[in-house]
Amino acid sequence: MANPDKNKALNTKKLKMPFGVPGHNLTEIEREVPADEPSALPVNEKLSVVGKRVKRVDALQKVTGAAKYTADIQLPGMLYGKFLRSPYPHARIKSLDVSAARKHPGVFAVIVQGKEGEQKDQYDGKELPRLRFAGQAIAAVAAESMNIAREALGLIKVEYEPLPFVVNLDEARKPGAPLVYEEVIEDRGSAGDVGVTAADEQKGNLRGPTTSSFFGGPRGDVEKGFAEADVILEKEYRTQVQTHCCLETHGAVADWRPDMLTVYSSNQSTRDTRNDLVELFGLPTSKVRVVTEFMGGGFGSKFGAGETGVAATWLSKLSGRPVKLMLEREEEQISAGNRPNSHQILKVGAKKDGTLTAVDLLSYGTAGVGLGAGVGRVAQDMYVCPNFKMAQYDVFTHAGPGQAFRAPGNVQGAFAMESLIDELAEKLDMDPLALRDKIDANDIRRIQRKAGAEKFGWKRRKAGADTGPVKRGIGVAQATWPRFVEMDSSVMVRINRSGSVEALSGVQDIGTGTKTIIAQVVAEELGLKAEDITIKIGDTNYPDALGSGGSKTAENITPPARNATYQAKLKMLQGVAAAWQVDVEDIELKNGEVFVKADPSKKMTFAEAAKRMPTSQVIATASRTADYGGFLSGSWLGHGRLGAVQFAEVSVDTETGFIKVERVVAVHTCGRPINPMQLESQINGGVIMGVGYALLEDRVIDPNTGHQVNTGLDTYKLPYAKEIPQIECVLIENYDAHSSTDVAGIGEPANIATAAAIANAVYNAIGVRIYELPITPQKVLAALGHI
Amino acid sequence: MKNPSEEQSSMQEKKGVSRRAFLRGAGLTTAGTVALSAGLLSFKLEDAKAPPAILGPGEAEVRFVVNGQARTIWVEPRTTLAEALREHLSLTGAKVVCDRGSCSACTVWVDGKPVNSCITLAVDVSGREVTTIEGLAQGDELHPVQEAFIEHDASMCGFCTPGMVMSCAALLKRNPNPGLEDVKLATSGNLCRCGTYPKVFEATLAAAKKMKK
Repeated sequence: MANPDKNKALNTKKLKMPFGVPGHNLTEIEREVPADEPSALPVNEKLSVVGKRVKRVDALQKVTGAAKYTADIQLPGMLYGKFLRSPYPHARIKSLDVSAARKHPGVFAVIVQGKEGEQKDQYDGKELPRLRFAGQAIAAVAAESMNIAREALGLIKVEYEPLPFVVNLDEARKPGAPLVYEEVIEDRGSAGDVGVTAADEQKGNLRGPTTSSFFGGPRGDVEKGFAEADVILEKEYRTQVQTHCCLETHGAVADWRPDMLTVYSSNQSTRDTRNDLVELFGLPTSKVRVVTEFMGGGFGSKFGAGETGVAATWLSKLSGRPVKLMLEREEEQISAGNRPNSHQILKVGAKKDGTLTAVDLLSYGTAGVGLGAGVGRVAQDMYVCPNFKMAQYDVFTHAGPGQAFRAPGNVQGAFAMESLIDELAEKLDMDPLALRDKIDANDIRRIQRKAGAEKFGWKRRKAGADTGPVKRGIGVAQATWPRFVEMDSSVMVRINRSGSVEALSGVQDIGTGTKTIIAQVVAEELGLKAEDITIKIGDTNYPDALGSGGSKTAENITPPARNATYQAKLKMLQGVAAAWQVDVEDIELKNGEVFVKADPSKKMTFAEAAKRMPTSQVIATASRTADYGGFLSGSWLGHGRLGAVQFAEVSVDTETGFIKVERVVAVHTCGRPINPMQLESQINGGVIMGVGYALLEDRVIDPNTGHQVNTGLDTYKLPYAKEIPQIECVLIENYDAHSSTDVAGIGEPANIATAAAIANAVYNAIGVRIYELPITPQKVLAALGHI
Repeated sequence: MKNPSEEQSSMQEKKGVSRRAFLRGAGLTTAGTVALSAGLLSFKLEDAKAPPAILGPGEAEVRFVVNGQARTIWVEPRTTLAEALREHLSLTGAKVVCDRGSCSACTVWVDGKPVNSCITLAVDVSGREVTTIEGLAQGDELHPVQEAFIEHDASMCGFCTPGMVMSCAALLKRNPNPGLEDVKLATSGNLCRCGTYPKVFEATLAAAKKMKK
């Protein structure tokens, strides 16, 4: 008979779960978990849908042009919004007159930014915005067409008092540099970064030092560590500002109505966007709906309502009409976020056998008018040297604000750390892999190094060994990324009497394949195919779910999906179980059939079983269990890091300085892989973004005018088809029995090691090390003494 | 690294005009941007004899065939083909990303040849045939490139996908036996920030194989 205690969360049960890496150290571990958690999922090999190369469930819409993004939304009576932006990198507004714009035919609303950036419905002349970067929003209009909106912006009369400015990281640090802020900035950190705390000091444009991260603070005695070292290396590294270049710009379509505010928004968190609007407009949570069904890339820059969402909502509220406000490309590149640059001074002490005795990092970086340029987590956490300290400074400049960008801080930090480890290996006359085997305690990365070396055909190679003008080189680098638990993340599963199944959640698919992995997990639990499951996500009308950042979506959305499916399944099967006189747990679902495990003669199709449901739908909503045991440290930081090892092969033309990345082998681990095909796509994406960071991308601001000069996708150089190396992915399954799906993310680890691996390969090719990204032909030629 | 000569040849291939013709076209009038689009699309030597028709500033009539259907729209002469398709005909598959012909997300076919609709004026396609991503499938039957994109996971966020598909499908029309380098050349103007390129190459080569069967 059905067990009446099945849904009591307070009860627990014991599960035997797979643990370890298949082919290496796979074993089983017992976990005590809440009784309403599903049974242990075996390793992927024994599953039908999970772990398989399932086609993306929304691919059809994408290849036919049917997918509707925020940029594609058209509503009846919709107006077009556009920002007026500052022509000066630093200025006071002496006067501002919007009256002519307001009267312009076809204009329905005009708003002016307040002193602290909030949008005012009326210009009162008292709190004009202080302009701190060229391109900062001043005002916005909503008009019947984009052309009328542009005309109206031209009618806004502004009198500026230009002020001295500084856009360069080094110049901004000098005493007497023009100040970005006179007052102390409490918190302008961007999501996902190390950030600074209010306790940090602010002197001039310098803010810090930050000496800790969420992994803790300094360790041991660094001076003593250096005293014990046989070898000390101290090097300076510089990385550039990288812009996100989301293909769909930041933007929103706001539809303010008396009963409900609906905002279609290109963002990475429907939940956080809704919460922002609730707070700013004083609305009940229940009266704000945010929709993000398809979105064209975020990479960390699109959390929350943002400037576009807030302005569109104001303009809609004032005009009584829906308002679409999508940034144009130039605005996107200037104002919508970037990866801060860095100047890192990294000092490492080591014994002759490689053992690290001390790690000391001093870093500066600018996120423009924002904060969040810290880079220290890699130095702190990759090799866990017992003697460690860091001092990280944010430097304010008159430039657009930084935002979280795919592995904030770690990409910059890995370039320095992994370049230095490569140099240390050479100094100690060790193979870079052997050195890492000695100093890296992470057992997953040890397995990854071995697997990668085999796939790549790694054989230590003397730097600058080739004699011709085109020289080949190989390099390796590693990644580390934390694991996060987020509990405000739920999925609802509905099974209909007709046999159709839906999964509903506020979670968004930003191109990573979230819809598909939810479908796979639900289908696996019900013995169906992924395409049998209808996925409805990206809408706050569905249960709240986490924002997509920090590589935590798969980690935190698949357990709720499985748990809800399991609970709905139990409800669905109660009638069948009673008729068969078995416990629901004795019933198995596979290949579209429902049968008794011990007596397969008791069998019916899934559709027949659904017909026996007592109500037309059974519904269950679930979140995850925070910890199955030994996973959490604190309330949200997961135990064990997401590691990766990447190998690169390059060829460098020493006559032209051109570098071609020929091949990358990327070895990754993300717990239980749900969809190897989508994971490959994510890894390809991380590697390609790393190629751009290593060789091409660089935001350039003219120090004389304070204006960004490469605001178009033609002038900001990105990897295109001709720059794409051959990429080979090696996925290593790893079970650690920490949730009902045992899944971890991939987005960020895929992007961390690439630039460092390429830089090490370039050194191996030409025998001269380049300490500054991007490694352009000019830098290669300069390093070789050719220019 | 991108080889400049290859870049140029890909541009010629894409637009179906030679560099010399392009320069002649651009030099014909002082209205640079109009001439750029007109020259790219339609310049013929005999056109040089007659001055271009003067349109605007009011709306002008554009009659053209879109995905096999005759359409008439009234647009200001400054309206781009991308705007006309997206805002006047609700065909939002083609995306505007760079808005200056450097990312190819807005790629559609004009008379069977891929063009960037963001730097093509709507008035310049009068009397021509436009195919958008929405018109590539034959009813329910997907184009082999679309099928292969699904099969090989060649779309991620999907924003570049319509342009990628149109570039790749156009390649297979003019070259049924492409190699990897041909696919790279054909998509060398298409930007993807998610990094679908390897799967796009894979899918297009697979589609070519399938179409030959």
